[in-house]
Amino acid sequence: MAKYLLLKHYRGAPEPVNNVPMDQWTPQEISAHIQYMNDFAAGLEKTGEFVDGQALAPEGQWVRYDGEGRPPVTDGPFAETKDLIAGWMIIDVDSHERAVELAGELSAAPGAGGKPIHEWLEVRPFLAAPPTVTECPH
Amino acid sequence: MDEALLRSLTPQVLAILVRRGADFAAAEDAVQDALVEAVRVWPADPPRDPRGWLVTVAWRRFLDAVRADAARRRREDLVDEEPGPGPTPSADDTLRLYFLCAHPSLTPSSAVALTLRAVGGLTTRQIAQAYLVPEATMAQRISRAKRTVSGVRLDRPGDVATVLRVLYLVFNEGYSGDVDLAAEAIRLTRQLAAAIDHPEVSGLLALMLLHHARRATRTAPDGSLVPLAEQDRGRWDTASIAEGVRILQAALACDRLGEFQAQAAVAALHADAPTAEETDWVQIVEWYDELTRLTDSPVARLNRAVAVGEADGPRAGLAALAALDDSLPRHTAVAAYLHERDGDLTTAARLYTEAARKAPNLAERDHLTRQAARLNTRADR
Repeated sequence: MAKYLLLKHYRGAPEPVNNVPMDQWTPQEISAHIQYMNDFAAGLEKTGEFVDGQALAPEGQWVRYDGEGRPPVTDGPFAETKDLIAGWMIIDVDSHERAVELAGELSAAPGAGGKPIHEWLEVRPFLAAPPTVTECPH
Repeated sequence: MDEALLRSLTPQVLAILVRRGADFAAAEDAVQDALVEAVRVWPADPPRDPRGWLVTVAWRRFLDAVRADAARRRREDLVDEEPGPGPTPSADDTLRLYFLCAHPSLTPSSAVALTLRAVGGLTTRQIAQAYLVPEATMAQRISRAKRTVSGVRLDRPGDVATVLRVLYLVFNEGYSGDVDLAAEAIRLTRQLAAAIDHPEVSGLLALMLLHHARRATRTAPDGSLVPLAEQDRGRWDTASIAEGVRILQAALACDRLGEFQAQAAVAALHADAPTAEETDWVQIVEWYDELTRLTDSPVARLNRAVAVGEADGPRAGLAALAALDDSLPRHTAVAAYLHERDGDLTTAARLYTEAARKAPNLAERDHLTRQAARLNTRADR
């Protein structure tokens, strides 16, 4: 029982095998891709492993504090930002192996030519609550 | 209303329905409905016989469900020959439910969820909140689990070790939502101990009580971890410790040692020390020797290295640690601690930083980062 984030990137991930941008797919291929994602989430719900799935707009702003009484400073978006997150799936699974298995399945979503994209997904474990029994001697 | 009483009746009521011929999955749903109804009705109109009330309501719900499903003739027949009150459920019935819900065909998370619902009487929503997953996900997990065990016959005893593993998992999850899972695990283990005389069940119950007794002192008000040596021992729950020690002693007298008894023995030695300095580390090392003999668990070996470091000095601890796989969780944290005790503060600080990066949870990460910061900012650098 551990939660993992399966992270999709617009930019920053290694190149996928089937590397054709989505706007050059056929409409049917796009529909097939979306259907695959929806089915994947529905499947996770059935197995009792689904926690959350969200997509993010490709462009956002950078914001930071600018001192007492001043409005926050905004900047960007920057075209050169290397790591651009597209969305995520959060799963609650029995093992790390299961998280990897599911990420592999998600990465098989079809793209151009109806063939799997082989997209690289980042699998990140959540930092959970500390267990009750493990004492911390240090 | 006494919710603990209500929930303690759950497995008995479920067992009665199953005995009357209801299948497990349908009976379990009916019992849940009856529990919800009880929460609504009892405060204003408490029944004289709570269990009888629950059985009546649950059975009615079960029949309603069967009637709604008129195509299923077999169950219709069951309705026609409605049984009498049926035999009083025995401890064995409760025990069989524990075995069923911890059945080896279930994944650990499914076994945990099913146990909390069917034996513990928690609602799906409560379980979902405790494990921080959507209610729909938890509902699916539970109904899948019920399907998985639907073909399992309830008349054969299982392996008590599978049940203990599930209860240990529940206990170890701690408390993240409204439901105190540690307290719930203790309640369920107590109930199990009443149904079966087994030294490892007692061992697990003792282990839980001894750890639970220290719970209030394990975290500071700001949520940061307080190491065992720095905990305010005056705030340990002495009644819980006394009960844990008593249960453990009775279990050890059976002379059938198991991993939970050995772990509880370590916890008892910590609980027994008036100050951290007075801890009997030599005995603790001996118990870890027993534990590694029983389980060959790498975690036990790691804890043993810590105990050796306390009993025979940090060099001995580091030597014991050197024999272990350094990819073990918390290996680096233990190395950092032993190096600090050995006076090598530079290495210790580096290892604390590394350990923080590998920490499996936020509280430990912050704790280890603080340790590194403490050494990095010391005056004598």
